[in-house]
Amino acid sequence: MDIVVCIKQVPASSNVKVDPETGVLIRDGANTKMNPYDLYALEAALTLRTREGGTVRVITMGPPAANDVLREALYMGADSGILISDRRLGGADVLATSYTLSSAIKTMGHVDLILCGKQTTDGDTAQVGAEMAEFLGLPQYSNVRSITPVNENVIQVVSELGSTVLTAKIKLPCLLCTDAEINTPRLPSYKLKKQIESGEEPLSQISLDFFEDKDPKHYGLAGSATAVERIFPPDISDDHAVISGTGKEAAAQVLDVLLQKKFL
Amino acid sequence: MPELRIHQEKVTEQAAQQLIALCPFSAISYEEKELRISSACKMCRMCVRKGPEGVVEYINDEPAPTVCKEDWKGIAVFADSSEGRVHPVTFELIGKAKELAKVTNHPVCAVLITDDASGKTEDLLRSGVDKVFVYEDPMFRFFSNTTYANAFADFIEKEHPSSVLVGATNVGRSLAPRIACRFRTGLTADCTALEMKPNTDLVQIRPAFGGNIMAQIISTKTRPQFATVRYKVFSAPALQEDPSGEVVSMKVDPAWEDKRIRVEDFILKPAAEDISEAEVIVAVGRGLKSKADIDLARELAELMGAKLACTRPLVEAGWLDASHQIGLSGKTVKPKLIFTFGISGAVQFAAGMKSSDCIIAVNTDPEAPIFSIAQYNVIGDLYEILPEMISMVKEAKHV
Ligand SMILES: Cc1cc2nc3c(=O)[nH]c(=O)nc-3n(C[C@H](O)[C@H](O)[C@H](O)COP(=O)(O)OP(=O)(O)OC[C@H]3O[C@@H](n4cnc5c(N)ncnc54)[C@H](O)[C@@H]3O)c2cc1C
Ligand SMILES: Nc1ncnc2c1ncn2[C@@H]1O[C@H](COP(=O)(O)O)[C@@H](O)[C@H]1O
Repeated sequence: MDIVVCIKQVPASSNVKVDPETGVLIRDGANTKMNPYDLYALEAALTLRTREGGTVRVITMGPPAANDVLREALYMGADSGILISDRRLGGADVLATSYTLSSAIKTMGHVDLILCGKQTTDGDTAQVGAEMAEFLGLPQYSNVRSITPVNENVIQVVSELGSTVLTAKIKLPCLLCTDAEINTPRLPSYKLKKQIESGEEPLSQISLDFFEDKDPKHYGLAGSATAVERIFPPDISDDHAVISGTGKEAAAQVLDVLLQKKFL
Repeated sequence: MPELRIHQEKVTEQAAQQLIALCPFSAISYEEKELRISSACKMCRMCVRKGPEGVVEYINDEPAPTVCKEDWKGIAVFADSSEGRVHPVTFELIGKAKELAKVTNHPVCAVLITDDASGKTEDLLRSGVDKVFVYEDPMFRFFSNTTYANAFADFIEKEHPSSVLVGATNVGRSLAPRIACRFRTGLTADCTALEMKPNTDLVQIRPAFGGNIMAQIISTKTRPQFATVRYKVFSAPALQEDPSGEVVSMKVDPAWEDKRIRVEDFILKPAAEDISEAEVIVAVGRGLKSKADIDLARELAELMGAKLACTRPLVEAGWLDASHQIGLSGKTVKPKLIFTFGISGAVQFAAGMKSSDCIIAVNTDPEAPIFSIAQYNVIGDLYEILPEMISMVKEAKHV
């Protein structure tokens, strides 16, 4: 089974504040890591490869530094990685990101299964997977809890839909977004790391020029349908009653509030 | 095509450092006296607006292609009924849509894709929509993204709604991107506020960077505009006794069914405690010293007819299961009353509960962020207050 996993580099900490005076973002460190939800997708792919044979390729769209997450994936066991990096991709929203990723996947030859994480911790939309599936014309399920191959052309998928659980057989190729409950991701292997570092890294980089559609208007900000009009700090109320004192005193005051507001 | 042009001749070491620090996306670098912007750039233009004057310039020489907005009219709400009933988020969205539609004087409709419409159309009409468009066929018995998308796309092609609101249920989160993509249009996930401009642009506000900032997003170039909204963010409208809306039956094309998918099984999970429905919640955080202490909170919750909930670290520690988690990566709740015990009130937690009607927070740290969103700031030790409250509530209820 030939599998492609979409992974993304995200900030290691999401502690960002907006300076209320200037509107400038104040970040807490510039460290990055692999989007934690993508680890589950990668683990699912590696497990499938162990059972079924085939390949696991990882792909990411991002700046050159995003090679770090591709390497991490190699150390976990992926066969190779592709970085899509191009300044003309900057400012991409969900539509432009999924168009870019699907254009890249079309250049990758035979693919049976595409896996995405549930969501990213920075973009945080959980939409890229479904939009990619539409661009590729593939069936897609989100919140996938288990993936079992039935035969060469069919897999069985369990997907959570809120208060129901759906089990379906799907003809390959298809695209699935994994849930965090699907498995426990392995750690990167030191042995693999040494092995890869001593040989030639199976990483490659592509740009717009590799795609069938090379029109820059379809990518990045120009290819995005949404625009950020402004960003601002969340509002905070300043209407508080302060209650203190000993445990008994404080509890008594809280009880008054409950009675007054008819919660009791 | 819009781009950022760097005027290298104006770049000084100091200007470069200032720009690097300014960029929220770490997209700017400075090497060998050359300032570069990488593909991490999100075109937020912070460097243009707040950076040293004239160094980075925003150039947009081509006017963006625009649709004829007059061709697109009305607000459509997707009625998620994949689990046998119309999901209550649908009614909340209809209520919001009616508010928004007042600005533009547009109609509001619901789109129902189901194997059995009986009862559901009546519920939708009573919420005050002008029309319910119904696609009824056995092929819609189980949710399949492609099959549902084919029906929804048919509705959009025929009715040309200006905005489409979809509840951020698992089904909605999977379906909305599929259709938005088919129409090559914008989609904003998990909006927490929506406003309508007189020119029919939908202003979509959502938390970004884990709730640390709010982003206001618009789609000016394309139609329809898609937004998803979580359950319990807006309020449901009052039901009408004799509704005046009409039901429109839509023709279903057998070719819409995606034969690549065969549903084998569809089971209702054992009803887990759903905290998003709760009117009163007792929530606990890392202020608790041990798993056993959850029983204290549980006792108060039971006495008050409340549901028990928690922060993410408690789920990670395995003290409570994920269905109890409030927040950005958990559930959004909007109860009449929420107690928080030993919860700091991190933005990711607050994002899931701050629109609750009444927040009573207990924390030993007077500086805890939870106190900036609570109405009652109880500064004290939960181990002293909780047991006292339990006995006082017992007394008040004579048990
Ligand atoms: C992408 C992302 C998503 C996240 N999503 C979520 C989410 O959905 N939900 C969520 O909850 N978190 C989420 N988090 C984690 C979040 O940032 C916080 O780490 C978490 O909410 C903190 O939980 P807490 O308040 O229980 O713990 P802490 O922050 O450790 O706070 C414990 C509080 O208890 C107080 N305390 C200690 N002892 C006592 C006592 N005896 N009596 C009274 N008070 C006491 C302390 O003063 C402190 O304020 C997310 C983080 C990220 C990065
Ligand atoms: N830039 C990217 N490169 C590769 N994969 C991505 C990228 N952005 C999103 N994805 C994939 O899409 C999933 C959902 O992302 P999002 O819609 O941003 O929450 C992620 O878990 C990844 O699998």
